[in-house]
Amino acid sequence: MADTTATASNETVTTTEDGIRRRDFLDVAAIGAAGVGGLAVVYPLVSQMAPSKDVLAASTTEVDVSAIQPGQAIKAVFRKQPLFVRRLTPAEVAEANSAPLSAMRDPQTLEERTKEGHNDMLVTMGVCTHLGCVPLGAAEGEVKGEFGGYFCPCHGSHYDTAGRIRKGPAPTNLEVPEYEFTSDTVIQVG
Amino acid sequence: MSFPWAREYQPSNGFTRFLDEKLPLPRLVYNAVGAGYPVPRNLSYFWNFGVLAGVFLMVQIVTGIVLAMHYAANAQVAFATTEHIMRNVNWGWLMRYAHANGASFFFIVVYIHIFRGLFYSSYKAPREMIWLLGVVIFLLMMATAFMGYVLPWGQMSFWGAKVITGLFGAIPLVGEPIQIWLLGGFAPDNAALNRFFSLHFLLPFVILGVVILHIWALHIPGSSNPTGVEVKSESDTVPFHPYYTAKDGFGLGIALLAYFALVFFLPNALGHPDNYIEANPLSTPAHIVPEWYFWPFYAILRAFTVDFILPAKLWGVIAMFSAILLWFFLPWLDKSPVRSGHYRPMFRKFFWFGLIPAMIVLFICGGAPAEEPYVMLSQIATAYYFLHFLVILPIVSSVEKPEPLPYSITEAVLGSDKKAVLGENTTPAV
Repeated sequence: MADTTATASNETVTTTEDGIRRRDFLDVAAIGAAGVGGLAVVYPLVSQMAPSKDVLAASTTEVDVSAIQPGQAIKAVFRKQPLFVRRLTPAEVAEANSAPLSAMRDPQTLEERTKEGHNDMLVTMGVCTHLGCVPLGAAEGEVKGEFGGYFCPCHGSHYDTAGRIRKGPAPTNLEVPEYEFTSDTVIQVG
Repeated sequence: MSFPWAREYQPSNGFTRFLDEKLPLPRLVYNAVGAGYPVPRNLSYFWNFGVLAGVFLMVQIVTGIVLAMHYAANAQVAFATTEHIMRNVNWGWLMRYAHANGASFFFIVVYIHIFRGLFYSSYKAPREMIWLLGVVIFLLMMATAFMGYVLPWGQMSFWGAKVITGLFGAIPLVGEPIQIWLLGGFAPDNAALNRFFSLHFLLPFVILGVVILHIWALHIPGSSNPTGVEVKSESDTVPFHPYYTAKDGFGLGIALLAYFALVFFLPNALGHPDNYIEANPLSTPAHIVPEWYFWPFYAILRAFTVDFILPAKLWGVIAMFSAILLWFFLPWLDKSPVRSGHYRPMFRKFFWFGLIPAMIVLFICGGAPAEEPYVMLSQIATAYYFLHFLVILPIVSSVEKPEPLPYSITEAVLGSDKKAVLGENTTPAV
């Protein structure tokens, strides 16, 4: 870049060949600095709406599953959302294992959705994967839908005995949260 | 706008003369809604609804500020403070019912206002900006009403908040972070309720600001009218005051009679009984529906049940938002030079026998459970809705042969006696 120097009566202006003066860089630098300052103001104003520390500190939940009889389910609370813990009957296990995976929207075997040695213990979030309602079927006497698992009353999603989506608008199976058996009868979620 | 024959403001006493030189506010009012603003003489009662919408915005702001003096936006007490307003606060029941039903009336008058605009093509040049600002107001209204409905923290409040924020969760990749950001947590809770209160207070003032722009934009070309023929001479207009202040006042009286009949005798007719049950995060009501004024768009959301490239859930969300966003393109989709539906035989048929029935079907299906035949009906109606605006309207507007228009607004009112219309020595300016 060959600079040409033009000398006026009492000032020197440096101009590149394409007519850009060095002081034009001042404009860019000043607007750039103001832009960075603006972003620094906007970021906290946006970020303040994200989950606060107490919400993020959502701890783990321990659930005693010893009292659940086959065919029964309980609703626990995990991160302020319902958690379904269901002990499947042998018939329900058989039904879940015999269902053809190829016809499912989100194919998963019952084994993939439960812990080894506890294939009859189905732990899922009680949150429909469509728009977040609580499906029916956990409590006594509630509708279980066409596949004997859960039925979401909001927009009619049917889940089977393994909590897999079989019919309706929900895109995926009921979420299985991270959990482990801390003893034979207690699970720790989260 | 000022037509050349608009009367000029004359300060009548020392005080108004003083004011007119320093801050001409009376002059502004005189030129905006006073005798200084000539308006087409043939406006029908469909032209009342802009004023009515403005009145109901003010009803909502005044009763809303009153309610905020007694309401606490905290999940522990929100439901209880709402009952406290109903039982203990002097006239609290009236304020709450007036606010809740005020929202319904606001939407009733705005829907009529919008469909008036659709029939008479009030969105066409030179009034595009009025229409665009109106769509912005409508979007803001929907957001405001949604957040207001969450505040009592009943069952419908809670599950409405969950489902509506869940819409954003359908966006690929960024959806879930956005939903968590909106809620300030993983499910609706205190954080969500608190911010919805803050935003529900803020947005009406944003609406008020856009309404001022809306009226400003209207006053550049002046009101449209049922013939769609522009104002040509003084005989086409009458001053806004006293002619339309009186007519709008009469219309307002009728609207308020209907409104207070509802507030006093059927205050819960448009609400949902489940919202008198306190929010329960562990149990969803069996039949969850939004407020009635969201039903048509809720039906469009639910009409998509089959995955096709994108998940059905995302299609629903895209369709619901584009159902309103496509109104932004309306001035350019409808190419016909004729404005009023009265002189457009094909357009008129598609409007009355296509769009209006489709809207009614969507309205009914949105309030009904998500089962057959409602799902299929809402699919057909949704398909027609988009077809109407994106295909039928552009084609109809370029092929139809409009009926003969009246020469002027005055002719439409008084008949074609040109001498009577234009005076002895005037020749038409065509």
